[in-house]
Amino acid sequence: MATVEKQVPSPSDEVLADGLTRRSTLKGMTAAWLGFTAATVVGLTATVRFLFPNVLFEPPTRFKAGDPSTYSPGVDERWKEKFGVWIVRNTESIYALVAVCVHLGCTPNWLAAQNKFKCPCHGSGYYVSGINFEGPAPRPLERAEITLSPDDGQIVVDKATRYLYERGQWSDAKAFVKMV
Amino acid sequence: MVPRWRQLQEQIVGSQIWKSIFRVGIPNTNRKRVLAMLGNVVLHLHPVKTRKSGVKMRYTWCAGGVTFFLFLVLTFTGLLLMFYYRPTVEYAFVDILDLREQVPFGIMREVHRWGAHAMVISVWIHMFRVFMTGSYKPPREFNWVIGVILLVLTLLLSFTGYLLPWDQLAIWAITVGSNMASATPLIGIQGPGTGLLKIGDIPLVTSTNDARFGLLGGRFVGAGALLRFYVLHCVGIPLIAAFLMAVHFWRVRKDGGISGPV
Repeated sequence: MATVEKQVPSPSDEVLADGLTRRSTLKGMTAAWLGFTAATVVGLTATVRFLFPNVLFEPPTRFKAGDPSTYSPGVDERWKEKFGVWIVRNTESIYALVAVCVHLGCTPNWLAAQNKFKCPCHGSGYYVSGINFEGPAPRPLERAEITLSPDDGQIVVDKATRYLYERGQWSDAKAFVKMV
Repeated sequence: MVPRWRQLQEQIVGSQIWKSIFRVGIPNTNRKRVLAMLGNVVLHLHPVKTRKSGVKMRYTWCAGGVTFFLFLVLTFTGLLLMFYYRPTVEYAFVDILDLREQVPFGIMREVHRWGAHAMVISVWIHMFRVFMTGSYKPPREFNWVIGVILLVLTLLLSFTGYLLPWDQLAIWAITVGSNMASATPLIGIQGPGTGLLKIGDIPLVTSTNDARFGLLGGRFVGAGALLRFYVLHCVGIPLIAAFLMAVHFWRVRKDGGISGPV
């Protein structure tokens, strides 16, 4: 008895219902899942990006602080409220101290009678220079970049650039303005 | 002669409205009790049968129930407070004062505040009880994890609500608290590994796109932070918490009800 060889179609070309083959079904599902994944990634990215606006209605980090001659020796608080910076003038220079406590980020007060900066949150104290001497502050206050505008000679403060005492940066060129 | 009240009763109980609400009838058999529990979306979260030990105060302390009750109180009082409180720098603080001075039963705000403290305490007590009775063990380990997430959400609700009075305590507490977000690995400006993320000399993570900024909507605690915390406090976190609570209660039912003494 001769065996009848039956032509077995390859499983991938086997026609299922409605002309679908296994191959075309897998292709379609792969495309669908890839599309779904891509759409999810795009949607999540858009959601996260939505939380970061393009324009900030906050004071700029760089501002003109007036003519150096308007500063008398000592701590000047005129920009503290708006820009969070003290301009300090001593006998030979002017520098800008950032009014953010280096302990946990509160705003210290300038206590003129005691000649020190004192943070109301946890009691960190700093000398006029910005160097810490009491409380939990681990390091001195930061100084902001300070230069003289070439146009009108006004002081320009840029809070985006900081000078740190512990890195020996307070003697850098833009960490202070020389007064003669 | 059937008395009149009996006629009326049969009329009510036989009406379509009554039958559409109470479908099983009086649950006087075990089968009917089960059907009554399973046919109701609220009741089906709860176990059909509760062990004797499950209603024993000395064993459960009812800490989870108290926590859920406080959540309901806080949802209700919080909703009332939303009628008066405006989450803007201009109005937030004075609205809080007005709630105390100008609004009848402005004590609602104190109920909300003390209720919030109580909920944080009760959720810890619940966790302590579950730990001490070993109720975190299989098959309840999944529900323990849900519970830990709910604990974190409770603390986040407490944290976001803390900013809303917009007084000095609130602003500086959130300043200090949100500074922690700057220490997030890779996406916080002071976090470990963040310094490695730069193209040439330009850092990818700055003070205007790190994790803290996303939380505050600004570089410091300002109008953006107040609004974000308000939305998270009133809508975002409660929605997630309510969903997880439903999962939590349903899981208790599925894992054999409240655990009993071994």
